[in-house]
Amino acid sequence: MKKYFQNKNFVAGFILFSLVLVLMLVGFIHLPYDPNAIDITNKFAPCSFKHLLGTDHLGRDLLSRIMVGSRVSIFIGVIVMLFSFVIGTVIGSLCGYFQGKIDSIVMKLNDSFMAFPGLLLALMLIAVFSPSLKTTIVALTFMAIPRFVRISRSGFMKLKPSLFVMNAKSKGASNLRIMLCHILPNAISDLIVTSSLTFSLAVLNESGLSYLGLGVQKPDASFGNILSDAQRYILQSPPGVIIPAVILTVLVLGVNLLGDGYSEVNEH
Amino acid sequence: MYYLKKAAGCLVTIVLVSVITFWAFQILPGNAARTILGVNADEVQVQNLEIELGLNKNPIVRYCDWIKGLLKGDMGTSYKYRQSVNSIIAKSLNATVLLTLYAFFLTALIGLPLGIFLAAKKKNPLSHFLSIFSQIWISTPSFCTALLLIIIFTVKLNWLPSIGFTPFNENPAECIRSLTLPSLSLAFGYSSVLARYLRSSLLEEEKKDYVRTAKSKGLSTTKVVFRHELRNAFIPVLTTTGMIVAEILGGSIIIENVFSIPGIGSLITSAINARDFPLIQSLTLYLSLITVATNFIVDILYPLLDVRLRVSHSAKQQGKTL
Repeated sequence: MKKYFQNKNFVAGFILFSLVLVLMLVGFIHLPYDPNAIDITNKFAPCSFKHLLGTDHLGRDLLSRIMVGSRVSIFIGVIVMLFSFVIGTVIGSLCGYFQGKIDSIVMKLNDSFMAFPGLLLALMLIAVFSPSLKTTIVALTFMAIPRFVRISRSGFMKLKPSLFVMNAKSKGASNLRIMLCHILPNAISDLIVTSSLTFSLAVLNESGLSYLGLGVQKPDASFGNILSDAQRYILQSPPGVIIPAVILTVLVLGVNLLGDGYSEVNEH
Repeated sequence: MYYLKKAAGCLVTIVLVSVITFWAFQILPGNAARTILGVNADEVQVQNLEIELGLNKNPIVRYCDWIKGLLKGDMGTSYKYRQSVNSIIAKSLNATVLLTLYAFFLTALIGLPLGIFLAAKKKNPLSHFLSIFSQIWISTPSFCTALLLIIIFTVKLNWLPSIGFTPFNENPAECIRSLTLPSLSLAFGYSSVLARYLRSSLLEEEKKDYVRTAKSKGLSTTKVVFRHELRNAFIPVLTTTGMIVAEILGGSIIIENVFSIPGIGSLITSAINARDFPLIQSLTLYLSLITVATNFIVDILYPLLDVRLRVSHSAKQQGKTL
């Protein structure tokens, strides 16, 4: 662990990510206000001790909304990362290890899924099942799986002919044992980098979808919702846009830097 | 042979993309016609719509019909607008294409010099600063960049409009003005991606023997970078460029909504809200096909730029015939 904390990127990422994480954790213990409580007399309140980050156009406390929003973002990031990691790695490792006809068919399909630009694949699924938190998670997981398939497949393909695998095979280890105990630990570092990328992309895409009104539904808070509300009142209250945008960027930047730092440490 | 193989691969991808797009709308829970019409529709209306959309037929027959129509250039009829999908797309395409091209132009304009600078002056404090900055832009969602740009250029300075779109044939100058902020918000993130790829590719080339030779001949650093390194460093970057065009196209969906530009992106979101499935289906397919085509063009450009790839392919060919 110590070698990671000697890497500048990793430390910077750790600090930034922790900032948002602390914000989220404090929100579990104590929310200053109900994030959906409307107080119209107090709209566009500036930053003060009563409302640390001010209020929005309905007088809702921005800090409380951001705390709940970061909860949604991190939750979606983690769930999408875990699901796509497991599903993608299972498919990719089987393809890379056994190869053959099925592998080429699956890879062709995988490439086709990657041909949908940007959010399009997610948008298509959201159009079919109506927009909600659940649909967002399913759609973003679907978008992330092909990346894991590709990375794990290439890792397994590269490592399969290596000596330590031959050695295990000659000792009679089963295919499952070779894959889980011998190849996977050696291929894991690329997958961890992909995981950090998936996490940050999931957070980015979720905020984008919610901004379009196709992700987490109003009045529930999420960074995308907060920003799309704030945009309409951008003239009255520019900080209402800047603060959530900066916190969202800090979260994504933190995770990206963690991933960069991790891969730098493991390259050397 | 190389081209033939790539073309075949591209064709297979197109077919698979069309199958995925088609089947995604088959997994619709419950009755599609009822979903479109809403709960209040009566039974006769639902049945009429089912016949109109051809939902009473076998899915495979429907897929074949759909493809047949597509090959003839007929993408079906939008349910919401009651017009052919073709004419609706044609109306919105103008804005999206202009936006994508402009954003790509700005991406290259910022990204390429930045990448070269970061690689050539890697010990310079300014390049350290720019490197941190590019990392921040990569992590900022494009619509957040857009909102920040609106605050600076529209709310504070009042230089550029933050809403709407003027068609190019009406007023070219106003058109460029209306697309500047949207393109910039896309270009910031992607130019940083481009710059980082170019930088690492250049640093990779710098270690090679031919660069040392060129330097030992006494060529200036500028000449070595521009005449020798850049040409080779650009080859791996080309793949990224293809990817960036696709990403800009995908990213324009959100950006068009931020700036209320009547393009494909705005069309898609309104189609989703109206549950206009024929329109969503065609738009999805359309954008994906553009992406596949872009990647195909990149594949074709590859051997033109890299002589080594051409030679190795023809060498393989000869090896086979022998």
